[in-house]
Amino acid sequence: MTDQARQIHLAAHFPGVNNTTVWSDPDAGSHIDFSSFVRLAQTAERAKFDFFFLAEGLRLREQRGKIHDLDVVGRPDTFTVLAALAAVTEHIGLSGTINSTFNEPYEVARQFASLDHLSAGRAAWNVVTSWDAFTGENFRRGGFLAQEDRYDRAKEFLATVRELWDSWGENALVADKESGRFIDDPDEGDFAHHGSQFDISGRFNVPRPPQGHPVIFQAGDSDQGREFAAADADCIFSRHGTIEAGQHFYQDVKGRLARYGRSPEDLKILPAATFVLGDTEAEAAERAVTIRRQQVSGPTAILFLEQVWNRDLSAYDPDGTLPAVDPDLTNPSIAQGRVSAFGDRAETAAKWRELAAAKSLSIRELMMEVTGRPSFVGTPLHVANQIEKAVAVRAADGFILVPHVTPGGLDEFADTVVPILQERDRFRSEYEGATLREHLGLGPARSPGKRRRLVGARRV
Amino acid sequence: MAVGFEGPSAAGDGTGHPPGRPPVDKNGRSEVMANTSRREHSGHVHLAVALDGAGWHPAAWREPSARPRDLFTARYWVDLVHECEWGLLDFVTIEDSMGMQSSRRGILDDKTDQVRGRLDAVLTAARVAPSTSAIGLVPVATTTHTEPFHVSKSLATLDFVSRGRAGVQVRVSASELDARQFGRRTLAESHSTAAVVSQNIDSVSDLFDEAADFVEVSRRLWDSWDDDAEIRDVATGRFVDRDRLHYIDFEGRWFSVKGPSITPRPPQGQPVVTALAHVPVAFRLAARSADAVFTTPTDAASARDIVTTIRRHESDVSRLDPPLKIFADLVVFLDEDDEKAALRKDRLDEALGRPFRSDADVFVGTAGDLADLMAEWQSAGIEGFRLRPGAIPHDIEAVTHDLVGVLQDRSRFRHHYEHSTLRARLGLSRPASRYAHT
Repeated sequence: MTDQARQIHLAAHFPGVNNTTVWSDPDAGSHIDFSSFVRLAQTAERAKFDFFFLAEGLRLREQRGKIHDLDVVGRPDTFTVLAALAAVTEHIGLSGTINSTFNEPYEVARQFASLDHLSAGRAAWNVVTSWDAFTGENFRRGGFLAQEDRYDRAKEFLATVRELWDSWGENALVADKESGRFIDDPDEGDFAHHGSQFDISGRFNVPRPPQGHPVIFQAGDSDQGREFAAADADCIFSRHGTIEAGQHFYQDVKGRLARYGRSPEDLKILPAATFVLGDTEAEAAERAVTIRRQQVSGPTAILFLEQVWNRDLSAYDPDGTLPAVDPDLTNPSIAQGRVSAFGDRAETAAKWRELAAAKSLSIRELMMEVTGRPSFVGTPLHVANQIEKAVAVRAADGFILVPHVTPGGLDEFADTVVPILQERDRFRSEYEGATLREHLGLGPARSPGKRRRLVGARRV
Repeated sequence: MAVGFEGPSAAGDGTGHPPGRPPVDKNGRSEVMANTSRREHSGHVHLAVALDGAGWHPAAWREPSARPRDLFTARYWVDLVHECEWGLLDFVTIEDSMGMQSSRRGILDDKTDQVRGRLDAVLTAARVAPSTSAIGLVPVATTTHTEPFHVSKSLATLDFVSRGRAGVQVRVSASELDARQFGRRTLAESHSTAAVVSQNIDSVSDLFDEAADFVEVSRRLWDSWDDDAEIRDVATGRFVDRDRLHYIDFEGRWFSVKGPSITPRPPQGQPVVTALAHVPVAFRLAARSADAVFTTPTDAASARDIVTTIRRHESDVSRLDPPLKIFADLVVFLDEDDEKAALRKDRLDEALGRPFRSDADVFVGTAGDLADLMAEWQSAGIEGFRLRPGAIPHDIEAVTHDLVGVLQDRSRFRHHYEHSTLRARLGLSRPASRYAHT
């Protein structure tokens, strides 16, 4: 297959609880009513997307000790919504973020195996780590993991879960009424994992998932994250940047696969991407500005600034100039429950002052300027071209599209961009496979192989 | 592609009629029940079915109509719950356990001739929810080892995807096996709940206290968002009013939970909490924490005793909530006459290799006789029956087709669903959040 014929993968990300999600628009619907999730998933399925994706919430974000109230807040439990969506969809993959810190492998393995059975092979798991005591206040496990240790736990967590999925033979379910044989082997489900993070054993009580192993996503950008993905993930959920940055990342990560006996197709690289469409380039650009204004309200602009200045800036006017006072570099961060998007405070503040001065920007205008821009802006044709090109030049294997408004935010893309890609044979016009692994062009999951027979003390 | 293409959703069965069997009397005439008042329902009984694999008899999977190959498919569970909804049942419970089923308590076995394996019950309930529109969905959830924060939001979400039909049956795990699979903590080696209770060992009482704490955390998290917390106030740029979000600040022996929930207040406010109780420590849990309790009387006299016991426990714990709805569990083997029922049960027992035993009373007979028994126990104070079908689908269909028909004829059961939420159906009002300012 030549580069020009490389198939594009597309996915739909339910708008998240952050400022890129617009709620003030009259078209903005509910973020908790099931109907919103149904609408987005069915739109994505009608457009033949590979999967639908949902993030996870573990604690409401706070800033300066107060619950953050400017962005969408309130979301459902990931597993439960995905299982319900399996009822109103037939082909599309169902992917969710589940953290490896405030969970235990036995339970997560059960839940994903069950989701895979209940969706007939469409489940996927975005493995993330969490490590802060703030989030831990909601959980038994509590406390926190040292940041360095989170990957160790995540790696062993995933390995353990895979062992549980492998604990039933592929043909374990006999169900022969005549002979009375329900399962093939009395030991189906036997497992034992004795590691530094987990020391568990017993009998796993969910049969092997239809996909063998649900699809595994990993979202790390760091060196450790890339290595983790190369070793053990099926998809990387990456950040979108320039074509060049994408190509570098792509080359780097795919280059690590051989060491693990894997080929380039075994790991799909899918950046998250936002988009703004218009009938003309000018109209699209105008819409983009409108959306930016909706995404960065006055209060939101102040909030962003506070994250870098690390001070209370509520007295400042968002339409006024930057504070004369410098950032507070000594005290701990006032923002809790999220990773800072703004890097080193002193450096960032200096850059921003320069930029604001050069372009005569108010606080709000500056924040609109420096926070995320849409990945794709333009006519449907232009956007289709950009997506096709990015995949053709190996900057990505596809994109996870994040509409800025729910539940109808994907409609226009599905109706105008996708048909162009389908016409060019770059994207499927019909689902061919039944499982998510097949949609993503991944090989079958490793087989359980020869299972260990546990000898001795477990049974009387 | 229609929403809920698989089966009934909000519009019922697509014909425009409400869900459930059409109201028809003995002569096939359609019966319209308009403006029925509470008074007319005073003799009515609540009816639920407990779903577990191929049925509660371990040999049921070998019956001609059983579908053992389908036990881990969505289709199977949708079909079963559709049948129960057609029968106008109040709710179904969905059995679950952390550990593998076994013929021996607290110890794994090496049987290959019984159903082994289960799908997660909460996720099964969620999968079934969009394809149904009226029946309550009550999965089992273990409170030992699991995170109350996660379970609470799962149930809140089940309430959202089912539009107010969620409940839960809370259960403790006294099993060392389960503890070893989670890897968190150890329990007394090989003690079953019953064995430990009879020896009055503290650890089981601890498990039930933990369960009570677990439910308390869940309830507080369900209340942690005021109903009107979401304000979408463009003028101030606020999506939510943070004064309408509440930390729950729970601190207990087994966990501390800060809150608020990440999930808004569920449609029912408080999903329905149930528990199965045989022994004092479990009755006490129900009295402290539940809305409905499943019990195991063996006759009208023991039913009366149980009701008295439960009311006493409610008084002991100074229960403020409405009185517990008391259900009696029965395993049922139903056929058109006693002989057929007995023969079928015998055949099942032979395949099992011994007579079937249960913690609940086992009824073998006709729908008519079962309805008589139910009337008798109702006089003793039992308000509902949770029937455990001996074999699935046979005994479920006997309930929905035969038993329900008999009960309707005797004006003991509804002819159509009236209430859209499980709480309302059980006579429970929707509570305001404990944190909300009035």
